[in-house]
Amino acid sequence: MRTSGMIASALLAAAVAAQPLAAAEVRVLNWQGYGTDETWGVEAFEASTGHTVVHDYFNSEQEMLTKLRTSPGAYDVVLINSAFTIQAAEEGLIQPIDSAAITNFGDLSPGLRDAAEFRLDGDLYGVAWTWGLTSIAYDTEEVDPGNTINILWDPAHAGNVAVRDDSVENVYLAALATGQNMNAPDDLDAIRQKLRDLKPQIRTFWSSEDEWNKEFVADAFDVAVYWSGSASRSAKAFGLPVGYLIPEEGAIAWLDGLSLAAGSANPEGALQFIDYMVSPDHFVRWDTEVGAPASANGVAMNQLPEDAFNRQVLGDPAATANLQFMAPLSDETRETFLEIWEETKAWYAE
Amino acid sequence: MRIESRRRWAIAWLTGPAYLWLAVTIFLPLSAMLYFSFQKKGPFGRHASEFSLKHYEAFFTKGYLQDLMWRSLEMGFHVTLLCILIGFPAAYWLARRIRGRWREALFLLIVLPFWSNALVRIFSWTIVLRPDGVLDRAVHLVIPGLPTIDLTDSYAAIIIGLVHSYLPYMILTCFLSLQAIDESLLEAARSLGARSWTILARIILPLAVPGLAAGSILIFVPVIGSFFEPRLLGGPKGTVIGTVIEEQFTVVSNWPLGGALSFILLAIVLLILAAASPVLKKHMSTT
Repeated sequence: MRTSGMIASALLAAAVAAQPLAAAEVRVLNWQGYGTDETWGVEAFEASTGHTVVHDYFNSEQEMLTKLRTSPGAYDVVLINSAFTIQAAEEGLIQPIDSAAITNFGDLSPGLRDAAEFRLDGDLYGVAWTWGLTSIAYDTEEVDPGNTINILWDPAHAGNVAVRDDSVENVYLAALATGQNMNAPDDLDAIRQKLRDLKPQIRTFWSSEDEWNKEFVADAFDVAVYWSGSASRSAKAFGLPVGYLIPEEGAIAWLDGLSLAAGSANPEGALQFIDYMVSPDHFVRWDTEVGAPASANGVAMNQLPEDAFNRQVLGDPAATANLQFMAPLSDETRETFLEIWEETKAWYAE
Repeated sequence: MRIESRRRWAIAWLTGPAYLWLAVTIFLPLSAMLYFSFQKKGPFGRHASEFSLKHYEAFFTKGYLQDLMWRSLEMGFHVTLLCILIGFPAAYWLARRIRGRWREALFLLIVLPFWSNALVRIFSWTIVLRPDGVLDRAVHLVIPGLPTIDLTDSYAAIIIGLVHSYLPYMILTCFLSLQAIDESLLEAARSLGARSWTILARIILPLAVPGLAAGSILIFVPVIGSFFEPRLLGGPKGTVIGTVIEEQFTVVSNWPLGGALSFILLAIVLLILAAASPVLKKHMSTT
């Protein structure tokens, strides 16, 4: 009984998947609550194009890839972190995009729009949508930030620095501080030494946005590694005197793009949806009402209110010239990074 | 003969479930982990299984792992010692001095922390120990003008949290030993002119050794493998072998190295127990 029920439901699922879907549907695969599924945005898009929008969600990049692999043709638009775009393209999970179909394409910041992470064999596989940083936040009332990452190592802030207990993040920062390519550092000993040198500086490790804010209020630190989106919320939503520094050595950056799924039943609607997502209309409302990461659309950034964090800090092209984007890491590299960080922590604990 | 075989069946029926339970809950997971600890790579991804000793070698070639192991053993020693120093007098007092309803009430107070979630207990300590926290304010209420007391992110904080978490084990095991001491032994000693100190050292302490030993093992073993207490209370000072093992599983899915380090930890525990057993046996047999 149970077995036949399972077979029946499996057949039903297969039938549903095989059914030709209405051409007027745009099926989006994204993190939940990440911009594309804002009700007002979906409604505006549906009203102007006649397409209906359906969402499905993933909880990790691996899950996103698995969903694309196991359900070809089930999606039209998919959000892919730029570290995974080429992999998805190589596996044939997404298809090339004709940039002419994206009317806002010319307004996207060239550094993000033309990133090599979105291209395979000259074809465009992802439209730059949003980005953000892991860099340094500081107390604007107590710290003159300067413009170097070595503020973390500055004896003036000894015992007043906080970092996150995260091996990849800290190895990346040390790689930037020692002038290396953070995704493929060749001088690991320099990174080891740089991290060891951080010992007298470190006051505490933080582990969540909430904890960061509480400790900042309790004056536990003056300078700390932080995420740009979170720093924006600390300053805007909580009114804390938080400044954000993008050092001349560069910062850790992530970049999300919107891609066109292979086998999309409605590529035309999908491209319209992507076009709407990268438009200033959508972004400005998203950032002002909800709080968004930075937009890859320079025009959209300039339409934010003058005092918007995203415009003030991340809107400066000079500051963002030296960003290094996170690339996928092999298991071996992750293990090496963790070993370096654990060895360093053993030294901190002594 | 028939009675003999029926007896055997009865024994099998009665003990079987317990052994099955042990096999399923302890032996199987442990042997799976033992297997992984000798693999080159973890159970994820597409690769053939390959025997390797490299994760055991890592412990002997990487100095920081040995340092952290030593640190964990030290931590276990400190916590156990403090639990004895606090727990034994408390148990003695409970067993020999307090009677009736008061004893029940005090027992409840001792066991109470056990009923709360361990993480909640540790987070509560971070509130107590931080600057301008409960401890800081209380001390300043009594003696104003002292410098700020900040124990967060320190070795002391880890020890405080762990002692608080594990102290009930010591009190309960010692209580059982102390309560079983026949009152007439002490009366006899007193009637022969023994002083309190002599009674404690010559009669009570030796008779309490089983309780002290059981409590020490129950505390020492989990403490040297602990990871979230050191991490939450110690911050940058809270790295121990337990946190390294945990990170192998949670951060990089390196089950083989995590497993190998766990088994080295287990081997060290067994060695310590083996070294201590002659002493314990001697005491147990004299009782």
